[in-house]
Amino acid sequence: MGRHDRYDAIIAGAGHNGLTTACYLAKAGLKVLVVEKNDWIGGAAVSRSLHPGWTYSNCSYVCSLLRREIVRDLELPRFGLQVIPYEGGATFTSDGDYFAYYSDHDALRREIARHEPRDVDAYDRFSQTVMRQCRFIRPFLLRTAPDPVRMRPRDISELAYLVRKVHGLGAREIGETLRFWTMSIGDFLDEHFENDLIKAHLAGSGIIGTGLGVYSPGSAYVLLHHYMGDVDGTIGAWGFARGGMGSISRALGLAFEEAGGTIVTGSGIDKFLTRGGKVTGVALENGDTYEAPVVASNMDVKRTFLKHTDRDDLPGDFLRAVERFKIRGSSGKLNIALDRLPEFPAAPAGAPFLRGDMHCSTSLAELERAYDDWKDGRWSQSPYFDMLIPSQIDPTMAPPGSHMMTVFVQYAPYDLEVDGVRDAANWTEERRRAFADCVLDKMSAACPDIKERVQHVEIRSPLELETEVGLTEGNIFQGELTFDQLLFNRPVPGYADYRSPIRGLYLVGSSAHPGGGVMAAPGANAAREILIDLGRRSGLPAEAA
Amino acid sequence: MKDTRHDLPPEHVPLGLIPTPFQPRLEPLSRTKDWMNWAGYISPAVLDTMEFEYFAIRNQATLFDISPMHKYRVSGPEALGMLNRLVTRDVRKLAPGRVAYVMWCDEDGMVIDDGTLFRLSETEFRLCCQEPQFSWLLDAAWGYDVRVEDESHSVAGLSLQGPTSASVLLEAGFEIDHLRPFDLAEAEPGLLISRTGFTGDLGYELWISPDHALALWDRLWDAGQTWGIRAIGYHALNMARIEAGFIAAGVEFQPIHHTLRLHRGRTPVELGFAWLVDFDKGHFNGRRALVAQAERGPRSMIVKLDIGGFKPAADALIYYRKKREVGHITSAMWSPTLKRNIALAEVRAPFGPDRTKDLWVEIYLNQEGVWQRRMARATVLSQPFFRNPRARATPPAAF
Repeated sequence: MGRHDRYDAIIAGAGHNGLTTACYLAKAGLKVLVVEKNDWIGGAAVSRSLHPGWTYSNCSYVCSLLRREIVRDLELPRFGLQVIPYEGGATFTSDGDYFAYYSDHDALRREIARHEPRDVDAYDRFSQTVMRQCRFIRPFLLRTAPDPVRMRPRDISELAYLVRKVHGLGAREIGETLRFWTMSIGDFLDEHFENDLIKAHLAGSGIIGTGLGVYSPGSAYVLLHHYMGDVDGTIGAWGFARGGMGSISRALGLAFEEAGGTIVTGSGIDKFLTRGGKVTGVALENGDTYEAPVVASNMDVKRTFLKHTDRDDLPGDFLRAVERFKIRGSSGKLNIALDRLPEFPAAPAGAPFLRGDMHCSTSLAELERAYDDWKDGRWSQSPYFDMLIPSQIDPTMAPPGSHMMTVFVQYAPYDLEVDGVRDAANWTEERRRAFADCVLDKMSAACPDIKERVQHVEIRSPLELETEVGLTEGNIFQGELTFDQLLFNRPVPGYADYRSPIRGLYLVGSSAHPGGGVMAAPGANAAREILIDLGRRSGLPAEAA
Repeated sequence: MKDTRHDLPPEHVPLGLIPTPFQPRLEPLSRTKDWMNWAGYISPAVLDTMEFEYFAIRNQATLFDISPMHKYRVSGPEALGMLNRLVTRDVRKLAPGRVAYVMWCDEDGMVIDDGTLFRLSETEFRLCCQEPQFSWLLDAAWGYDVRVEDESHSVAGLSLQGPTSASVLLEAGFEIDHLRPFDLAEAEPGLLISRTGFTGDLGYELWISPDHALALWDRLWDAGQTWGIRAIGYHALNMARIEAGFIAAGVEFQPIHHTLRLHRGRTPVELGFAWLVDFDKGHFNGRRALVAQAERGPRSMIVKLDIGGFKPAADALIYYRKKREVGHITSAMWSPTLKRNIALAEVRAPFGPDRTKDLWVEIYLNQEGVWQRRMARATVLSQPFFRNPRARATPPAAF
């Protein structure tokens, strides 16, 4: 017989959001257990060593959205978390040129002018529009979304807050905001810029992690999602977690254990246990059961309610809404151990953008074609990728002189099409290798010697993200960030407040508002709601003002 | 000694800022052309960007030119006695091959300056500090069998700081992994390396003749390429300094030899350094006044503050119960490493480490042309803001 312990609260899944909720609850004095199916914690915020001497950020790879309020509340720097910003980026062309996105504004203006003088001031206008939108949306990240239908006092005050913020934009900007939230990144960039290469460089943020093309409505918001983060108040800046993204989970885990929490790894959830519409605990796959009046699921909404909850416990309309929740896998990843820094013949010696995010997609048309392949069930024949060499900045990731490269690839379908059949099982070892070769071939445009530099490569298709991390269909955001499933519609209408039809069962992962990106905001917001339900009035995660 | 000055044409002094021995390397690294005056020398405020230079201190390795520091060699059979009379600490406890942080006071117990005292041998010391002290040291040497030399212009200094700094030194062929914090060694003839610094992190300072300065720079620079070495300016260092909770002359305290107004001086105790004052070692400059103050209590205290919100509290005033003004911020910043809004501040007695309740900082923010005033809660901390075990580990870790 397995173990049967009692806790005040159980968190299912040791992803960064689950651990965040766990920390806040433990610090509020609750006896908290975290259960995790893998032998390690972190979910998609992990650092693992798969080739001796090298450490990979196996899934998520850069950090910006992680809310500093949370880092400060939980004192994560004390537990070893250090976020280091990186500088700019570049897109390389196949004919030996590049567009460099310098973090130095004057250098950036000169670089834009080198490609298209008319785009220089256009960039500043683009920047202003995006930053206005960021300023508008950022406070909502650390607040629970209102429910416009239920109209409880909380909902009314949150709606009033929303209206006040919208009003603060001014009449013209309100119209622009609605356009921005619903339009495509391609249309948005076409309105601002002339140059294809510049547009292609800026478009990447509009599609990363989402099953949308650059001309699909809603992709402009995805760009905003990638811009609204910050490193130390520099909005839009991105950084590396020293030691890889696993340092975030590691720090959260240590903070949680210091607060008295317990983590049990190595067995996943079999079932959420309920009685009379209330949650009573969890049963693990290994036979252990744990009891608690509060259970928080860090798994995505589909996995939580369609795989591990008794359907009879859930209302039909809720189930239907969960079933239709969009959570399509669209990306793959290569983590590469390099014997030394590859050559980038186009770049000037010591170029700072080599330490930033680099790409090889040179037009919106090329990006749209990459999306067409995905719709047809193929990986993009000419993929978009976001590649970085963090070991140039983070000395902990590779032996001195050697390097680690992370290459996020879009698009890669979950249910790969082979001979007319779309099935995730089509991701065989052979096809995974073919996928990696396709990416490495295209990377040669930027760094021709890349294949000679490769010592080891970890290839990740959406299938591995699902089987290893648990993300349904390998969607990195635990559900697409489109307007139809954002704010009070995330994950499903009526349940945006982290609660579920089962009393005591909460959703704390990125399926909930405000979504994915290693923000830890869903986890903190959910902790606030849980503590409110438990009658706590102090020690709650602060709401953004 | 024969005075030969009149036999030669006059040697004109240079006007304006003069280069340090490392300027030929710093000049081409400067993207911002942002130089500042440090004791008459050209010194970089920022070379590229303050932010990335700061992160190199906390993540990789950095080189900062500290040649403009004032350096004095005190040697002779009675050097120990003279220095023990000068500073508030007991120098007898400082073994050869060790470095100590020291302060020295005037007869009223007011701090003249602070600095690092290197004990090179039984009878030889070097004092490094911000302010010129030659005549004060000559005065203090009166009656002692010692020799005081101003080495300010004849010793070049480099500060190599950051978690990979030991790796850089090892890569460059310097066997320094046995050095403990505040240890000092002659790594090669003419090259002193001390495990000291102004960042609170792992780091070393290297002292060498100006003739060999550039060769040393190149050796470190080449060795540092695989360890992320970066040259930095003062502003980045100052951020690390505040995080470490170190005080700076002219900022947290006004060196008494420069003040014009009454009561602008501060005692070591008022700067938070009671532990630097040793009343049991015998007489030292300022002892009587400090003994008297020990009975009365300090007039004010320098404290470390954790401030609410995200906006740095530079130059802000501090209030008790949001009403009564009780002090001011001396240094403030958002700490990128600690994710806290930190500050050093001077609060008037009875506020200080033992009375900390209900303190507020008044922060003014200019939001695109509109001023906003915020009262942020301040919490007094007893520990340095930045504390990392890697700073103290011996042998040091690779990163």
